[in-house]
Amino acid sequence: MSTFSLAVRDSRTMLRRNLLHARRYPSLTLNLLLTPVMLLLLFVYIFGDVMSTGIGGTDRSDYIAYIVPGILMMTIGGTVIGAAVSVATDMNEGIIARFRTMAIHRGSVLIGHVVGSVLQCVMSVVLVGAVAVAIGFRSTDATPLEWLAAFGLLVLFSLALTWIAVGMGLASPNAEAAANSAQPLIILPLISSAFIPADTMPGWFQPIAEYQPFTPAIETLRGLLLGTEIGNNGWIAVGWCVGLAVLGYVWSTARFNDESK
Amino acid sequence: MTSLAIAANGLRKSYGDKVVLDGIDLAVPEGTVFSLLGPNGAGKTTAVKILSTLVPADAGDLRVGGHDLAAAAQAVRASIGVTGQFSAVDGLITGEENMLLMADLHHLSRREARRVTAELLERFDLVAAAKKPASTYSGGMKRRLDIAMTLVGAPRIIFLDEPTTGLDPRSRHNMWGIIRELVADGVTVFLTTQYLEEADELADRIAVLNDGRIAAEGTAEELKRLIPGGHVRLRFTNPALYRDATFALGEVTRDDEALSLQIPSDGSQRELRSLLDRLDSLGIEADELTVHTPDLDDVFFALTGGTTLPSQPKESAR
Repeated sequence: MSTFSLAVRDSRTMLRRNLLHARRYPSLTLNLLLTPVMLLLLFVYIFGDVMSTGIGGTDRSDYIAYIVPGILMMTIGGTVIGAAVSVATDMNEGIIARFRTMAIHRGSVLIGHVVGSVLQCVMSVVLVGAVAVAIGFRSTDATPLEWLAAFGLLVLFSLALTWIAVGMGLASPNAEAAANSAQPLIILPLISSAFIPADTMPGWFQPIAEYQPFTPAIETLRGLLLGTEIGNNGWIAVGWCVGLAVLGYVWSTARFNDESK
Repeated sequence: MTSLAIAANGLRKSYGDKVVLDGIDLAVPEGTVFSLLGPNGAGKTTAVKILSTLVPADAGDLRVGGHDLAAAAQAVRASIGVTGQFSAVDGLITGEENMLLMADLHHLSRREARRVTAELLERFDLVAAAKKPASTYSGGMKRRLDIAMTLVGAPRIIFLDEPTTGLDPRSRHNMWGIIRELVADGVTVFLTTQYLEEADELADRIAVLNDGRIAAEGTAEELKRLIPGGHVRLRFTNPALYRDATFALGEVTRDDEALSLQIPSDGSQRELRSLLDRLDSLGIEADELTVHTPDLDDVFFALTGGTTLPSQPKESAR
């Protein structure tokens, strides 16, 4: 069997294993969905009127439109915490040592985790998106191409954050530590343009909101779904994603192959 | 002459300043059981990890299944099966799913996977528990599943790292039966253990590992001959009688606290009779007499001169 088909076959087996875990123990994934959904409802129904005025809207529905792209990106940030936890849990299990002594494609363990996590991110985004639609979110005049681009962006962003989360999981001694070190992935959107526009923040804080992956990704998604100005944000978002994915990939594989442990 | 399943020359490994394996040589012919015997921290697990491609060696010419470990690790992996010290099962999925996972990773066809899984679950008495998550299994069941998973790929060389540690006596005997069956099928078994009895039961050859070196190697019989640890222990409740016996018997090891004496003996009928005759003629009657045959502790006292071990910890145990 060629190296490539071996890699595909073993990765598929590992993916099946991870999806089986997720299906048997859905509580972890569902718990991680709670934060974005709660924040969505809180900001729309409790703070909605004030927030809407703040961004120059007329009523709550304007704020729903504003907040949903950020909540969707935050959903991804939350879901990949699950990947960090399950990788860290896995690394403490003897089964990984068993995999390492088998004639299988080495990277398949991580690839299985990554693909599984991206699929879970997509599912989570669909679930949270359904809540958003249920409370009145509507995409205005997005063309099929823009829908496709939005989907592509969500997948790419999921991939990037997943690789970072996998690295965090590998670098953590246990599941609790992994959950802690992956916390920034759900904190970062709070200090991005998810809830309020970056230019309404205090001047000293604006760079923090601007120079981080969530803001350009959220602005791009907003533009694709609602027709707002995207500007440079599209390329910056793709740049962040590719950069983070490569960084996370190199970090993760280095940690995974570190055999001196 | 049969070829060697496992051959190591000058195997070295250190972690930082700590030398774990200090140049050991191993030769395991195909179809035999080789046992690496040693206390905790002797380097047994490190040796297994290196030979099973988990950890690279610092130095040494190492061949497993005819393949060079450094140059052809993947070929080595294809010919070995490993059951580590800590259970290598996926606790989140069922026993059957664990088996099918292994079958997939060995690239068996669906039908073949079903057949091998059913056969091994049956053989290891796991059919009733097959649909339950492995995390709910008892220690003995987990070990059985672990070994069953190792056998899915029909490996010709199997590493078992302390396969019976923590098992109850019945499970231990079951495990021994499993290992014997494997060898009957021509599989080579590399076994580590802390129990001399286990090595004695199973192994064709035994190497005693101590402080990163092979302290002795040979068959169980050969090793036992090296050990002068057999003795008869007499225990008294009456201090006066104890003193009398101490003076009368001469060359003995005393334990004044426990009022007990150790008389060197190989435990044979002849030696016992002569000792009993001697006690009778002196009119000494001990409250308790036990025959102590050589065990791993004695092997280590004998082979290491007892320099690194606390002196005779066994005798303080009552």
